[in-house]
Amino acid sequence: MAEVILDVQNLKTHFRTHQGIVKAVDGVSFKVHRGETYALVGESGSGKSVTCMTVMGLIGKKKDEVVTGDIYFKGTNLTRLSLEDRRRLRGKHMAIIFQDPMTSLNPVYTVGTQIAEMPIIHEGSDKKSAWQVAVEMLRKVGIPSPGDRARDYPHQFSGGMRQRGVIGMSLSLDPDLLIADEPTTALDVTIQAQILDLMKDLKDQTNAAIVMITHDLGVVAQIADHVGVMYAGTIVETADVRTLYKDPRHPYTRGLLNSIPKPGSKDRLEIIKGQPPDLHNVPKGCSFSPRCPYAHDRCQEAPPVVEVAPGHQVACWLMKEDQDHA
Amino acid sequence: MPDKPLIEVRGLKKHFPVKAPFLSGEKLLVKAVDGLDFNIYPGETLGLVGESGCGKSTTGRLLLRLLEPTQGQVFFEGQDLTALKQQTLKAMRRNFQMVFQDPYACLNPRLKVKDILNEPLATHHIDPKSRKKMILTLLEQVGIPKSYMDRYPHEFSGGQRQRIGIARALSLNPKFIVADEPVAALDVSIQAQILNLMKDLQQELNLTYLFIAHDLSVVQYISDRIGVMYLGQLVELTRTEKLFDNPSHPYTRVLLSAVPVPDPDHVYEASTIVKGEIPSPINPPSGCAFHPRCPHAMAVCSREKPVIKDIGDGHKVACHLY
Amino acid sequence: MGETWYRFRKNKLAFTGFAILMVFVFLAIFAPLIAPYDPFTMHVEDRLQTPGSNYLFGTDQFGRDILSRIIHGARISFQVGIISVGISLVAGLALGIAAGYYGKWVDMVISRLIDIMFSFPDIFLALVIMAILGTSLTNVMIAIGIVYTPIFARIARGATLTVKDNAYIEAARSIGVGDFMTILRHILPNIMAPLIVQTTLSFGFAIRSEAALSFLGLGVQPDVPSWGIMLNEGKEWLELGWWIAFFPGLAATLAILSFNVLGDGLRDALDPKLRNESE
Repeated sequence: MAEVILDVQNLKTHFRTHQGIVKAVDGVSFKVHRGETYALVGESGSGKSVTCMTVMGLIGKKKDEVVTGDIYFKGTNLTRLSLEDRRRLRGKHMAIIFQDPMTSLNPVYTVGTQIAEMPIIHEGSDKKSAWQVAVEMLRKVGIPSPGDRARDYPHQFSGGMRQRGVIGMSLSLDPDLLIADEPTTALDVTIQAQILDLMKDLKDQTNAAIVMITHDLGVVAQIADHVGVMYAGTIVETADVRTLYKDPRHPYTRGLLNSIPKPGSKDRLEIIKGQPPDLHNVPKGCSFSPRCPYAHDRCQEAPPVVEVAPGHQVACWLMKEDQDHA
Repeated sequence: MPDKPLIEVRGLKKHFPVKAPFLSGEKLLVKAVDGLDFNIYPGETLGLVGESGCGKSTTGRLLLRLLEPTQGQVFFEGQDLTALKQQTLKAMRRNFQMVFQDPYACLNPRLKVKDILNEPLATHHIDPKSRKKMILTLLEQVGIPKSYMDRYPHEFSGGQRQRIGIARALSLNPKFIVADEPVAALDVSIQAQILNLMKDLQQELNLTYLFIAHDLSVVQYISDRIGVMYLGQLVELTRTEKLFDNPSHPYTRVLLSAVPVPDPDHVYEASTIVKGEIPSPINPPSGCAFHPRCPHAMAVCSREKPVIKDIGDGHKVACHLY
Repeated sequence: MGETWYRFRKNKLAFTGFAILMVFVFLAIFAPLIAPYDPFTMHVEDRLQTPGSNYLFGTDQFGRDILSRIIHGARISFQVGIISVGISLVAGLALGIAAGYYGKWVDMVISRLIDIMFSFPDIFLALVIMAILGTSLTNVMIAIGIVYTPIFARIARGATLTVKDNAYIEAARSIGVGDFMTILRHILPNIMAPLIVQTTLSFGFAIRSEAALSFLGLGVQPDVPSWGIMLNEGKEWLELGWWIAFFPGLAATLAILSFNVLGDGLRDALDPKLRNESE
């Protein structure tokens, strides 16, 4: 088994607001190995982005952001590090790509300058070699005539090229962990296909661990090795990608897979009834129970995490009962 | 298919002037929609797909005359909407309505649900006595509890707001609805709810839809026929099954193969990942707008704009290959 | 609404401003009952009395009680504030919404007009208008109203442009709602937040401008107990009775300051985005 890069244990991120505590992430655990792509899937408000922002240390600095649990990065517990040490880790050892590439690009500097800045800051490279790294990265991410385009400003790039540029920037220091937060959501489908293809290529080359956040089950199937399905701040099911699509166990995962239209099929979509929970007021016990077709009395208590097969864990009372019967 | 179309679109064009670089003296035009001809028949759903900048939303607005066309006509039940006076048009508007993409921006945050639904009824002078009953029926049709009538939009989730938006569109009993990306902003589980609701309402009320979306899986689920747009033009138009079984325009093929499939064993044809970016509609390529990215481009493609033609059984394609 | 009120309540400074203004409003409404003396009565024997037990803030050169004049002056100041800001708000809304909603040549004409008015220093513009209209309390209010119209117009125009892009405006159009109803129901209620802030701040400006105009002798008639007039008269007597000018000045400063902190507080409460960015 490859080296464990990221090991998140019972992570909780709660926000204090005047309307009460918002439990955005409420007890999330997962592991990501070197060379592996782990996808966190979920709908808006499921806590997938907050999980990753907490891992990166971008959430948890303010007094109304309460983080508990442990985040081990290559064996080091990040929650014990000083803010300064964590800042140093970011960029060099762990990088993040956002949905909107413009959040990572400064409009007043050229793309090349911004990429070159990474080796200058983190590795003390001289300007000339840093520039060469920048051009090389742009070539790697498939920007045509990278030598010239490195002198362009972000607004001269199209949306797809900007995202390529950001990917190049985040990989320029060869990080061990790359977090991609909905990197293709804002892109058109033909451009999305290009970027996903690029990410697959780069994954083989860099050997980093990748955490991919997305709501798109099509993208997950295409790019992930392991998947965690999030609902209302918890991971309700986790498995390798094939198992998750072929043998989903949690009622929410099943509902989710049934509610996407399949290409070439007009069968009536099965729907999950109701609305996602209000995070100020998450249902007691299993938070999915009010929408679950199989809900029963026990669902008022927090469901146990059951290992239904090696590496396939489901947080649901039904699994526990199945196991007890067997 | 009934012979008489509900909507006929003839030579429709919309060019927007854009600001040219300072003092350059140039006059630049975005050719958002550049020559469309198609019909929509009663009771059907015509899906319109394409990537950003292809003009699909502009087309929807031109059909309802929320935008004034630069050229061409739109006929609703044989009547030329583009020739109507504003006053006549206002009265006509009850026949065709719109459902919007953004469930947050499409409802006035300062109005209660009942006031949002009352507005169309009041505007078209519906008897005040019957309005309350109509509003209750509408809420029931879209699955919003009656007791929520006095709430404001911010008290609802995205999916519920979209239901209210649909109720508003239905309030005047229209024949035709343009739905502009109605599920794009919604979560997957909520998308399915709204798509099923729209299908049910169509059957129940005999509605005709123009369904605009970028997501092919969504469009194919709801549409009887699909039109594929690229840079202001229709490149292919046919029945949904035919489009998926036998995509004929190279762009349609590229688009279909790029859709991520929720199946880890699905094999993507590497060869169909199209190179390059979508060109700017300000200065579209000569001839066929797709030719710079097309794997089958020939010499003629950069010279001549292909005309859309029937390649058999109502399957229309605009490509020099046919 | 709850959210806004919560954020406002947390801002102690703005809340204090609000409380002080409430005291002024109370004084203005019940001035005849509260004031210890008639503001016009000249106590000839008690001219230029220092502040003390008989006359809390002292008397002026004619023996009029300063405190009573300040309390009655609050009436004038708030009257000027309400009416002149009312004029600016109504005129500014009409111009700003028309420019933002209709665009094209309407916007061209109105925006240029606003630009021209902005290019004059406001007190100079007020002086010119007063010189044309002649001195009277009504004319002071009209002049101040005109001077502050462009600010409201510009804010209303900007807010209208933003709101106009919302899909609910297009929805109204697709239903067949006319322009007037669209503006009334959909634009107006949604552009009020920044205008409420500006209204509050403008009360302060209006009180200051009235004081300034009166101080320069182009405001209200000299015997009216306006804070500006009192300052103007008091300046002649600074060496013999500092209190004649000091207390009206203090009242004006306090009122203007209160309006300003209240306005800032409201802005933060109504638009949390702005505050987060500045943090």
